[in-house]
Amino acid sequence: MSIEIEVPRQRSETGQRRSQLGTRVLTWLAVLVAFLAALASLLPLYWMLVGSFKIETNAMSVPPEFWPYAPTIRNWSKLLFGESPTWLWLLNSLVVAMGSATCAVLTSALAGYVFGKKVFPGKTFLFWLVIITMMLPKQISLIPLFLLMRNLKWINSYQGLIAPAVAYPFGIFLIKQYMPTIPNELMNAARIDGADEIQIFTKIILPLAKPAVGALAIFSFVNAWNDYLWQLIMTNDRAMFTLPVGVSKLISQLSNYDLGLAMAGATFAFLPMLIVFLVFQDYFVKGITMGSIKG
Amino acid sequence: MLSTLPRRIWAARWAYLFLLPAMVPFFVFIVLPILQGLGLSLYDAQLVARQFIGFDNFVALAKDEVFRQAILSTIYFVVGVVPITVAIALLLAVTVFPLSQGVQSFFRLAFYLPVVASGVVLSIVWLYIYHPTYGLLNYLLSLVGIPRVEWLGRTETALPSLALVVVSWTIGQPLILFLAGLGGIPLDLYDAASIDGAGSWARFWYITFPLLKPTTLFNLITQTIGVFQVFVVVLLMTRGGPMNTTQTIVYRIYETAFTFFHFGYASAMGVVLLVIVGLVAVAQFRLLGQEVEY
Repeated sequence: MSIEIEVPRQRSETGQRRSQLGTRVLTWLAVLVAFLAALASLLPLYWMLVGSFKIETNAMSVPPEFWPYAPTIRNWSKLLFGESPTWLWLLNSLVVAMGSATCAVLTSALAGYVFGKKVFPGKTFLFWLVIITMMLPKQISLIPLFLLMRNLKWINSYQGLIAPAVAYPFGIFLIKQYMPTIPNELMNAARIDGADEIQIFTKIILPLAKPAVGALAIFSFVNAWNDYLWQLIMTNDRAMFTLPVGVSKLISQLSNYDLGLAMAGATFAFLPMLIVFLVFQDYFVKGITMGSIKG
Repeated sequence: MLSTLPRRIWAARWAYLFLLPAMVPFFVFIVLPILQGLGLSLYDAQLVARQFIGFDNFVALAKDEVFRQAILSTIYFVVGVVPITVAIALLLAVTVFPLSQGVQSFFRLAFYLPVVASGVVLSIVWLYIYHPTYGLLNYLLSLVGIPRVEWLGRTETALPSLALVVVSWTIGQPLILFLAGLGGIPLDLYDAASIDGAGSWARFWYITFPLLKPTTLFNLITQTIGVFQVFVVVLLMTRGGPMNTTQTIVYRIYETAFTFFHFGYASAMGVVLLVIVGLVAVAQFRLLGQEVEY
């Protein structure tokens, strides 16, 4: 890669010093703006959390309370122990996200390994098919998939919610990208030592591909958790709602929009993802970069 | 010659066996429905009845005013919101990158948390923030003397208001990628340029930006694919209104298929979406003139 650098004409000593000062001021100004943007980015989440502890009249007060002066847990108790099966929704979401992630990790690790390390007829075609579907908007298959689920009588069922996530093109791609980092000599040595194909996969590939598998597990989990459109059309039984679907219906069905309850619901739907993110933060960052940059 | 193919297939039997768990659901739940979706666009398909009508759906779409609105606001997102998001992410990354690791992590966290929070959660919160009477935004603006605005209820402000939510929701990923990309640029390049007298602007324009081109292209493409599918914010915040100004293609697909049960017509919308996504991706590849390494 050739890089052309245009050299500006030498400026006088004092001019250069002055412009250096100017650059430094600009740099700090930019950092300040970035910091304010970061606060603005966090503000909605803070507002949600604070709102969930406000009583109705205070949630609607003008000027708004930046800190709840009369904090209440009424919204939370209404959400968690009220008439809506919130805990069941949480369970449904966990089952769907964990089921999807488990299936996606298994199928993608196997397929990614094969695409990365094996030679076989049809490989190029199949891999391009995977790449293409990865880039296509999902909505093109939404209706036939829904009709298929209806024919299978899988509406309002875990298997229906999980099925489209079992094969995960991005996951296959991610693992395939990671394979060159695992030396072939290691696999050959194991083969000479009498290891069979399954052992090579479980004893060498999986442990060495752990960073990629970890990122894959988290991505598929988060993806499945957030696949709102699919969950929305696949469930009409209140007991089968996932947490995001349940919370969103809770809000849209309120005749008199209860802000405190809405904020508690949103916070509750956010918490599991927040925990996953904080625990696996490194995997998130690595995984995002892994998917885009080779090596 | 022919006998070698079966032999090669037999030799690779483990490869096929390992592929099976992924490829069976891949074809049944992904590839096949895509093909069916293409086919269904040529049918007048309702809940039960189904009749082949050729390209009639597309002819009807061409005359569909609401769908035209949906295409326009989708283009607004793709041409307006995505480049702005990526540009802001790039500026933020360049600003934050020289700071210490700990400070960088704070910025990553601050901008990635909304990504994690999901569209449902953000839509609910922003509904509150945008509320005309007790929303935070109007209060903050009133402090500097700007009168109350009904953000989601007016035709001029509804779409930009949704765009702001989408920007704040999606900026985390490109930021992380740009930071990683910056980490991959050898420092010697900057040193050499400084010795040659290049100022910080020249260094950005002649080193950073060209070397980040692949990352920029990747960000543009992934953000575009994402923003085409803007749906949750529309469903929960505006339902396409006011006056259809916030319709998007995916919201049209959802309403047409699952409120009115016009499956064929909705599938035709899906095909239009597919074509537009393809065209935009090709245009972006051309524009940045470099291939993303796969």
